[in-house]
Amino acid sequence: MDLGLTDSELKFRDELRAWLKANLPKKMVKSADNAKEYYKYLSDWQMALYKGGWAGVSWPKEYGGRGSSFIEQAIFQEEMALADAPERMGTIGQGLVGPTIIAVGTEEQKKKYLPSILSGEDIWCQGFSEPNAGSDVASLDTKAVLDGDHFVINGQKIWTSYAHIAQQCLLIVRTDPTAAKHKGITALLVDMTTPGIEVSPLKMMSGDSMFNEMFFTNLRVPVSAVIGKVNEGWNVAITALANERANLGTGLYVVFKRNLDAMVEQARQLKRGGRAVIEDPVIRQRLAQAYVDLEVFRLNTTRSLSMLNKTGAPGPEGSIQKLYWSELNQRMAQIAMEVLGPYAQLTDYDGGRWVYNYLRSRGNTIEAGTSEVQRNIIAQRVLGLPRSY
Amino acid sequence: MEFELSKPQQLLQKSARDLFTRECPTKRVRELMATDTAFNPELWSAVADQGWLGIHLPEEVGGLGLGTVDLAVISEEMGRACIPGPFLGTVWAATLIAATNPKSANLEKLNTGELKAAVALLEPDGGWDLADIQLQTTPVEGTYTLSGKKSFVLDAITADVLVVAARSPKGLVLVAVPANATGVKIEPVAALDATRKLADVSFDNVQVDPDHVLADRKQAEEALSKSLDVVALCACAEMLGGMQWILETSAEYAKTRQQFGKTIGTFQAVQAMLADMVLWTESVRSAVYYAAWAIDAEPADARRAVGIAKAYTSDASREVANRGVQVHGGIGFTWEHDLQLFYKRSKSLEILAGDSAYHREALAELVFDQS
Repeated sequence: MDLGLTDSELKFRDELRAWLKANLPKKMVKSADNAKEYYKYLSDWQMALYKGGWAGVSWPKEYGGRGSSFIEQAIFQEEMALADAPERMGTIGQGLVGPTIIAVGTEEQKKKYLPSILSGEDIWCQGFSEPNAGSDVASLDTKAVLDGDHFVINGQKIWTSYAHIAQQCLLIVRTDPTAAKHKGITALLVDMTTPGIEVSPLKMMSGDSMFNEMFFTNLRVPVSAVIGKVNEGWNVAITALANERANLGTGLYVVFKRNLDAMVEQARQLKRGGRAVIEDPVIRQRLAQAYVDLEVFRLNTTRSLSMLNKTGAPGPEGSIQKLYWSELNQRMAQIAMEVLGPYAQLTDYDGGRWVYNYLRSRGNTIEAGTSEVQRNIIAQRVLGLPRSY
Repeated sequence: MEFELSKPQQLLQKSARDLFTRECPTKRVRELMATDTAFNPELWSAVADQGWLGIHLPEEVGGLGLGTVDLAVISEEMGRACIPGPFLGTVWAATLIAATNPKSANLEKLNTGELKAAVALLEPDGGWDLADIQLQTTPVEGTYTLSGKKSFVLDAITADVLVVAARSPKGLVLVAVPANATGVKIEPVAALDATRKLADVSFDNVQVDPDHVLADRKQAEEALSKSLDVVALCACAEMLGGMQWILETSAEYAKTRQQFGKTIGTFQAVQAMLADMVLWTESVRSAVYYAAWAIDAEPADARRAVGIAKAYTSDASREVANRGVQVHGGIGFTWEHDLQLFYKRSKSLEILAGDSAYHREALAELVFDQS
């Protein structure tokens, strides 16, 4: 047990600090200010990270990463938080598709896709869920029929985040309808500009459109786009989902910490009952609880990266992380509402961030595997309880 | 950086687990609970002989010269086995004496287990805040006399030495007095966790030996507050061990207990409770071991780290204990089932060294008011 840094870890940290000092954007753009401007801001930041060699700390060097350890990945997250750096762009590519390609992709696929994920030039989406295949995603119905050296794909995906801006898609389709549901699935890396893909945005309860429906009509995808093996795509999907659970949380501390700091600042500024809201003993307890939960999340993240450094592949503990951060973000969004009092309902107050957070966080316990699915995974794979469905 | 126990720490954990399993199965825990003192000389010697009472203290003062992480390892295993007896009181007192009067003849005897001790801090009208210490002491010729009452004193009933926090006109004072000194009266109080005993302690014009004045004012405050961090950390580590026991026992029960022709662990409502118990237990593990490490390696961050650990663990331990009973159903609610031992121990540890509300307010002051 030694959370101190070794000489090489210290060197890594100091290099990163020096780089951040010279390259951190001078101006902070908030997501609520202007979606286009924010997107550009994040793209520029991602490209800067990539050019500086910081975009994929634990990814292999030959594909644009830094070739460092997961410990250094943990240090990177800490330093980003300390420096109040912008969040990273392309979470699906970096958190889920990239690690999957690293784990099961061919050499050619790694060379082709990984660098542009890290540079932020390629945004990825994940074509998994369907109208009748949500938590039970293995029951998917989108069909792919072999025609020469192409698959011809027909069907529909839904809840596909970033499909409206994505250049690439990790798509899972049914290639053998006669096999058992987990056995007839194939995973494909699909260029989103291919004819036969129609993307139709879905409006979320927050009013914006981050996720979409995707319709495929005779979409032709070359056999070379298969990742893993034909009819063995479920393993690819499992790898992607395990990485999703494990990785989505690692960058979130920065985002949540910034939210908490802003909540505390609101509590200092706003007055109720003749005093600053931060002096209200109940609000103090609520804010301190958020602080405690958030710091424990940070420690869990560091510890899971330390474990990942030993094991190499994310295990069921990723479900603990996913469950933790999704419920934490919802609790924090609620506490912000309590801090704001009547201001909580104003959609323009403070750029609209609090109403947005409150509504957007509701989806956190559904996306990337519902809390119920995470609890099933923990019960079955951590505790060895029998499968319940 | 390595956020897990080192090889030697894993060995320490194993030898503690083996010793506690061998020397103190729950049958023995129950026997000791039923006594007035919960003290067993063989168990006491077995632990003392390992040097674990002073595991975190320097070798110069008779300790093992290891660190707070190692102390947490032992505490976790004590919690996992629900070990009865006055260990924590002695560790607390030794920590205080080592920080204030390392040359004290008592210190080595505490570390070797020859003497047992307790720290008298809480008062009938007070909480864990040092400002609540109001027992008045009068300075006389380089020493002090004590008069007044302390309450909820952990392990006083078995103590040979009492470390007392009092207030003189000039501020906080820490002194050590023999438990059998003239004017000291120790009266047991009945408490829900019978594995460790609480007592009221009253002082009637008790004269303190000048050699046993440990510290005053700023030094007394700092030593007391640092020792409270160590005690809070031990409480958290014990809760962690208890949570692990409850989790494993409940998961095992869910795999064997049959209802509706199936093991109850098949039902998602039961699985969900157990999954939450995993989340809380693992999160406590992160918080506790970070805080234990910080106490030695990042002293400037220790107060914050311990506050986070105690605030989080106090709630999480209670939740896990509640779920443990619920998973077990009727049998979990009985005197006969060992869950009750861990359930009550969890409750007393939740209170010890400040509950979650206390630590949340302390963190609010530390983090929100001073930044």
